Amino acid sequence: MSAELDILLLSAKVAFAAMGFSLVPAFAVALLLARKDFRGKALLQALVTLPLVLPPVVTGYGLLLLFGSQGPLGRLLENLLGLSFAFRWSGAALAAGVMAFPLLVRPIRLSLEAVDHGLEEAAGTLGASRLVAFVTVTLPLALPGLIAGVVLGFAKALGEFGATITFVSNIPGETQTLSLAIYALLQSPEGDAAALKLITSSVLLALAAVLLSEWVARRLQRKENHGRA
Amino acid sequence: MDALEVDISGSAGNFAIIAQFRAEPGVTGLFGRSGAGKSTILKMIAGAVRPEKGRIAAGERVFFDARAGINLPPRARGIGFVFQDGRLFPHLSVRSNLTYARWAGRRSGSRTFDETVALLGLETHLDRYPETLSGGERQRVAIGRALLAAPDILLMDEPLSSLDEERRREILPYLERIANQTRIPVLYVSHDTDEVARLADRVVAVEQGRVRAVGSAAEILGRSLDEAGGPVSLLDGLVTGLDEHYGTAFVQTAGGPVELSSQDLPVGSRVRLRIRASEIAIAMAPLDGLSIRNQLACVVTGVERRGAFSHVTLAVGEARLVARITGKSADILGLSAGKPVIALIKAVSVERSRLLRPDG
Repeated sequence: MSAELDILLLSAKVAFAAMGFSLVPAFAVALLLARKDFRGKALLQALVTLPLVLPPVVTGYGLLLLFGSQGPLGRLLENLLGLSFAFRWSGAALAAGVMAFPLLVRPIRLSLEAVDHGLEEAAGTLGASRLVAFVTVTLPLALPGLIAGVVLGFAKALGEFGATITFVSNIPGETQTLSLAIYALLQSPEGDAAALKLITSSVLLALAAVLLSEWVARRLQRKENHGRA
Repeated sequence: MDALEVDISGSAGNFAIIAQFRAEPGVTGLFGRSGAGKSTILKMIAGAVRPEKGRIAAGERVFFDARAGINLPPRARGIGFVFQDGRLFPHLSVRSNLTYARWAGRRSGSRTFDETVALLGLETHLDRYPETLSGGERQRVAIGRALLAAPDILLMDEPLSSLDEERRREILPYLERIANQTRIPVLYVSHDTDEVARLADRVVAVEQGRVRAVGSAAEILGRSLDEAGGPVSLLDGLVTGLDEHYGTAFVQTAGGPVELSSQDLPVGSRVRLRIRASEIAIAMAPLDGLSIRNQLACVVTGVERRGAFSHVTLAVGEARLVARITGKSADILGLSAGKPVIALIKAVSVERSRLLRPDG
């Protein structure tokens, strides 16, 4: 049981870390795509969508080339920050974060685009700076999209398989997240029973996550409805 | 408070904007047809659209000066703006909307929250959200929100145009109260004669991007049309007495005393009267045995033929009236400039447009 718990905890750690470092850049990219017109916008858009359409194995291999111990970015981060991704849980988090990136960007971008620009203009006439107007008007109105993006991205990060196994391999206790553990168990002749337990917990986990996000969405709705009728 | 001085030119889509006028404290109506460029002029003053040339200033404070290279951003201009569509923040309660300028814009003025809420009758709506408000209530909140930003100048861009007639009638009294007590220049954009007549002290007439005329509401709107296409005359005057038994009021105007049927005009108040051209008849001499209460001695200043009708302009004291009679009547009476005539106006045809500021 404790081995399974360890796997679940590791998966959660990887997924949280993945959200932790991809949320801010995803928000920045979503804002850029929603608000600005610039040369190369289509290219950026395509680049952001790429992990969604490429075979995950290709994305994982790309990460290996870039962030592996011999990769240019991998070496740079190792020398500058002492950060190493190769065969580490942090590498699994990086792979999960990259794979979840497009799922984060899209709902955030759509919800930012849906906020009437005239409201920020109105905030400006009331003395609010652009930053204050953004934080007090646009951000709260885009919050449901932000939450939807995080829930989607978290679910994707939790179950990521192809890019992770290609980039950081399948090392128990370090990079062996839920999907990877189930895969490994199914490969061995006597692993079926253990795999079934993990599968059951992953179904329960997914169900709990969906229910939680529904609950959050409903609470937000109710908060917005507060005082109505 | 300083007057707003505007002297700008620029372009708005496919026509040029050329505007020069002054807006003193009080309400200045920016009046013209839809698409005449009124809103663009307002946006240039607010800083949302950049004029090509010219200058916009309020006293010492220069908002825009093309030659000196000055172009203040909108929020540095101290301007309150009431948008046509309200633009309330949907995620904030009425209270938080009203106080937005204080907590997000760090603006505060002498006007208190309670005073403003009472002025606009919003006491019972403070905890509601914009979505649950009627169109009229929403616009009242938008006006209160702009007032509480302590603006030095208030710009209102057709604040009633998205409302139906009933809601409009509901809000106009609130706007009148604001018009009567404001100490800052208020620019009120509208294409509605009635609204401008009720609210504005002075009117700037805009046509195809250009300011065509600037003058008192009576001067400018006397030349404009009512909803049926007839001209409207405006007379400002002082309420001198009431006939409580019959429910009529006597108003001393520049054209002489006028009696109208009205119950609630306080003696001593200043009032603007509105008379449709088709409600004025013309006689060549004073008449007896007539139900018509008002007979004003006038001089014809012009006769203009409009199809089957003639528009007869009349000078009465310092005031001006326009009568609309058939071309046939005009010919039979032999009306021409310089002829003395009597204008006949029924007391029930004199509409009270608005109460005016006591100081004029």
